[in-house]
Formats: sequence, C-alpha cells, structure tokens
Amino acid sequence: MLHIVACIKQVPDTKIIKMNPKTNTMDRSSAPAILNPYDSHAVEEAVRLRARYGGVVSVLTMGPPPAVKAIKKCIEIGADDGYMITDRAFAGADTLATSYALTKAIEKIAAIRPIDLIICGKMTIDGDTGQVGPGIARRLDIPPLTSVKKVAEVNKEEGYVIVHRKLEDGYEVIRSTLPCLFSVEKEINEVPYSSMPNVLRAARYQPHIWSVNDLPDIDRTQLGLKGSPTIVSSVWAPAKPQGGTMLEGPPPQQVQQLLDVVLQRKELFESRGGAS
Amino acid sequence: MPEKFDAIVVGAGPAGTACAYELAKAGVKVLLLERGEYPGSKNVMGGVLYRQMMEDIIPDFHKEAPIERPIVEQRFMMMDKTSAVTFSYKGMEWAQEPYNNFTVLRAKFDQWFAQKAVELGTLLICETVALECIVQNGKVVGVSTDRPDGDLYADVVVLADGVNSLLAKSLGFHKEFRPDEVALATMEILKLDKKIIEDRFNLEEGQGCTIELFGDATKGILGTGFLYTNKDTLSLGVGTLLSGLIKHKIKPYELLEYVKNHPMIRPYVQGAEPQEYLAHLIPEGGYRSMPKVAGDGVLVVGDAAQLVNAIHREGSNLAMTSGRLAAETIIAARERGDYSEQALDAYRQKLMDSFVGQDMKKYKDATHHFDKFPQYFEQYIPMMNRAASKMLTVDGTPKREKQKQIWREIGPAKEKFKIARDVYRAWKVMK
Repeated sequence: MLHIVACIKQVPDTKIIKMNPKTNTMDRSSAPAILNPYDSHAVEEAVRLRARYGGVVSVLTMGPPPAVKAIKKCIEIGADDGYMITDRAFAGADTLATSYALTKAIEKIAAIRPIDLIICGKMTIDGDTGQVGPGIARRLDIPPLTSVKKVAEVNKEEGYVIVHRKLEDGYEVIRSTLPCLFSVEKEINEVPYSSMPNVLRAARYQPHIWSVNDLPDIDRTQLGLKGSPTIVSSVWAPAKPQGGTMLEGPPPQQVQQLLDVVLQRKELFESRGGAS
Repeated sequence: MPEKFDAIVVGAGPAGTACAYELAKAGVKVLLLERGEYPGSKNVMGGVLYRQMMEDIIPDFHKEAPIERPIVEQRFMMMDKTSAVTFSYKGMEWAQEPYNNFTVLRAKFDQWFAQKAVELGTLLICETVALECIVQNGKVVGVSTDRPDGDLYADVVVLADGVNSLLAKSLGFHKEFRPDEVALATMEILKLDKKIIEDRFNLEEGQGCTIELFGDATKGILGTGFLYTNKDTLSLGVGTLLSGLIKHKIKPYELLEYVKNHPMIRPYVQGAEPQEYLAHLIPEGGYRSMPKVAGDGVLVVGDAAQLVNAIHREGSNLAMTSGRLAAETIIAARERGDYSEQALDAYRQKLMDSFVGQDMKKYKDATHHFDKFPQYFEQYIPMMNRAASKMLTVDGTPKREKQKQIWREIGPAKEKFKIARDVYRAWKVMK
C-alpha cells in the first residue's frame, strides 16, 4: 500500500493568455485558470501506481481559494484526497518559498499517513522553472528523480524504485531508494477522459484547507514575498526574428529554390555540438 | 450500482438552470448536465433578458447578477440600402425599478445563474455530453453520457439540450427540423469605451438601448438584425431563416459584415474592436413545430421545445418559465410518486395556459406567413423609405403633388389592392 502525494498548481492557460504590452507581464484575467498540464500527468501516474500496487493518492496545492477547482480536477482524474494551503502569508512566493511552504504541508500530511512517494509535474507553464519539485526533495532530504518518463517498478517492501529518466539523446534507467520524489514528463502517460463516478465525486468533494496557522513549526520569515530572494528586475519580450524568404511558384520550382539554399548555405545544417 | 437521482436536467441554459434551481430549492436531488466547459460557454443570444420571468425565479436578481445595462430605449429601424425609417420608444419608467429588461452577456449570466442553482444543492457536471435517453419498458429512466461508466439514472429527465435537441429527436418527439423552421444567427461582440457608447446612443450613464434592424439589414431575407448596448461592448448580429440563406446563397458571416458596414450602422460601431464571434441556431418554427413536451419520465423545455417568439425576439424568458413550470410539475409528481406521461402532462397544460403557450399560439402562422410572402421585407420596407425621403425632402414641389407622386409610384390599382391585401393578411396572422 503506497501513499503517493502529487503536488499540483492552478495556472492561467498560457496558450490563450494575453501579455500586457506596457509592462510585459501576463494579464492573468485574460485567461481561464486550469490545472497545470504537467501536473495532470503527475496525478494520473499516481493513480496508475495506485492501481498497480494499491494505496492512497493525495494531492496538495498552494494557491488562492479558487484553486479548489484544480483539486477537484485531480479528484476527477482519480485522486482520493486533496489538501490546499491558502493564506495571504504565502502570497508572492518564489520557488524557494513555495518549496518551503509545500514541504511544511507535506510534513503535516505525512503525520496523518506516512508518505512513500511524491510526484510533481516537470514544471508549471506559467513559471517554467521546474525548481519546486527538486526544492521539496532537498528540504525533505529524499532523492529527486527529475524528467521521469516511465516508472518500471516501485517496491515498498524492499524500499526501492526503478524509473526511466528522459535524456536529450535517449533515456537512463535509475534505481533509487524510497521515499523519493519524481518530476514527470508529459509522455509518461495520457490522461483519459474522467469517468462519471469520479466526476460526481469531484463535484461534491471539499478538500482539506489549511492556513499558515495550521502548519506546525513554521518559520514565517521563509514564506511569501519575505521569504523569496528572487527579484524580477525587468521583463521584456524577445525581438521578433526579421526577414525569412517565402518560396513561391509551382512546387517543382520551389523545390529547386530550396535545393539552391541548402547547397549554398551548408553552414545552416552543420551539427552544433551535442551527440555525434 | 450507479447512483440514482430524483431528476436529471440536460443542458445548463436558462430553461435547464431555472428547472434545476426550482427543483433544488424544493429539496429534489437534481443533477444538471452541461456539455460546455462551464454554463454559458456554448450559449448564445442577442442579449435581451426580461426581468419579470427571471424574477419569478430569483426576486431582485438584478442587484446581484452580472447584467450589462437596463434598457431605456427600444428602436426599430426599417432599412433600405442607404436609408432607414426609425421608430423608437424611450421611457424613463424603464430607467428605474422594477425595470423592463436588461442586456446580458450569456457567458457571464448563465454561469452566475447556474452557480445559484449549485448553492441550493444542484449537482452541476460540465464537459459531459448526454448521448441518449435510457428507455426501459417505454419509460425514460436516465441518460447515457460520453464518459466512461457514464450512465445516469433518475425518476425523471428534463431535456433542456437546446434548439437541435438530439435527445428529444432520439425519442421520436420531433423530426429533423426543416430549414424554414430554424434561423441561423451570427453576432459579434465589439469592444467600445463606455462613455462613447453612451454618447453614440444618447444614453445617461449605465443606461442601455436596443435597436432592431429590419429590411436591408438582412438584404431583404426574412430575419432581423440587432444592435444592443452592453457595459463596454456592443452586440451586433443578424439572424435569418436557414431556408432564406440557402435560397439567396448568402453566407451568414457575409451578412454580418454587410450590416456592420451599412451606412446606417457603421457610425455606431466605428472604432469598436471585435472581441468575440458567435453563431447559433434559433428555433423559429413556432407553435406548429413544437415537439411533444411530456412523455413517460421525460419533459422538454426551452429551445428544445421550440419555445421562441420570433416576432418579439423573446426566447430566454419563455425558456425560464417553461423550466419553472416543468419543476412545479415534477415536484407534484414526486409527491405522488407518479412520473407517468399522464402525470407529467400537467406540464403541457400549465405551459399552454401560461403566456408561453398563449403567445406561441397567437403567432403560430407569423414566421410562415412572412416566409411565404417575401414582399414585406423585399418591397414594402424600401417603399416606405422612398416615401419618407420624398415627403421630407424640401425641393419646392407642393406637398399635394408629392403625395400624388408617392401614390403613383406604388403602381397601378392592382398593385395597391395587393398591398392592402398584404396589410390585412399581416394583421390577421399577428392579431
């Protein structure tokens, strides 16, 4: 019986978000809030591992009250329980402060039921850092296994896991001790259309909600804006690439034009390091 | 064993949500199914919401609901290619409580309304398509959905699945609609500064105006256009019978572009930025196209029951009232534990006794009449424009001579007789 905790976040849908052209920041009101897509794969993997080995899947999020919706989405995917930490004190957190707050919540969840495995998405689509997962692992002093694209085995009795980690030119097979933390790639699974019983359960589900006062032994100076050493000094949009040539005419003529370019500008197609 | 509900309502538009709201209020265990991402995400209307029928469900709703503007003026424009004869009524009694009607944006309003139903205990499930009714021994006992393990069971199912109700069709309640029974409306939401809207439409702060467009707005095809004021957007749209679009080989978006660039409309919308483009079918077959509305374990409400008064551009209010009456019927049926067709037929009677049924009957021939005799839109509106232009242009011609000219232009005696006959006919179908 495994207890798996998936860490998730509600994010603005960056596929349709508008940027404020003056400040170069995201206009969050212009996009609906969704469950971070990578996190849905984290929850799905947790649910699949529960199906293989038995156990319980909990999800944890930090965010404003509307983030309950993201937890409900996880219940639809099949999670058993949801925990949310929400408090003004958490606001403005960077990845350092976020991983601290989540770690404190994980410790509280572990006191209710010991945790074997934590699964995070590869990164959030609004921050794109991928730092929170490893940050939690460091704070809990457990191995972080990033870029996981397949879980080959979880053996609680003997206390190990075997996973495949995605590399640029292939993958590596790693064996680690339990408990540990995964951050998973999208390709690890496909999240199916949720079943009706799960959807009905999610519609009625109310997560456990904790404020900063509910987390024992917490150091408030490490929370929120105060606990965040990251400073965003300026944000700018990258310059749009100039030019480009449009090939025109009938297809055979276009092929000829393309061939000319390929032959004349070989340097464009030379290998730039990496695997050879 | 799948969970069983007292009632399942399919579709979270005004009819379905009104029904779910009333049921939940009475303590009925009700499930509301919606195929969109959220209620309102797939719902479209021009934008006029009538106060009375909404207040029958939630009194004083406008104090809390996301409404755009209370309407203080309604204009009717009879358009020709470069002119228009406009009638209007503006009254300050509409600028204060109890108000007459409001403009709303459905994506916002329907979400709010459904949330009210949820607060009373409705279980709302979105992103789920009801595929068909589950029928056992001739009685509807639930619906199947597109989700895994998706069958849902209930004592009664309310079909509020909109204009092209696949569920009602699958039960054989109605046939595939003909192109002259449905209209296709396309609209744009155009962003414009609040203050500019108020200046252009001659409004005090916060007040709203509606303009209905007839004649050249639809290039003479049977239908109407509309231009409504929202808080900081305008809703501009055109709706015509599908049969008219087919006959004239016009694409709906071409018609919308045409009206947007019409010299009578362009000054209103100049500089406004398109924000959304929407299109939807409207059931306009009227009373004669209404399907069966009550069966064993099943009721049909709103657009699914063709409840639209095309002449008065009313629909959402008919929908809400039908949803409310369906809920009343279900609550009574539940007390007796009898959901048979006989018991649920009380809904049909209530509906036909209410203004909904009365108005549906009153205008039962109107759409067909104007579809059959296109001269009202094609000839008489331009004629009216020419007459107004002639009479109001001061060029030294004596007025009596002008009247004679107008009279002559109508054509020979035969033509005048035809017009008189058409006026009489129109009066007959509308009376």
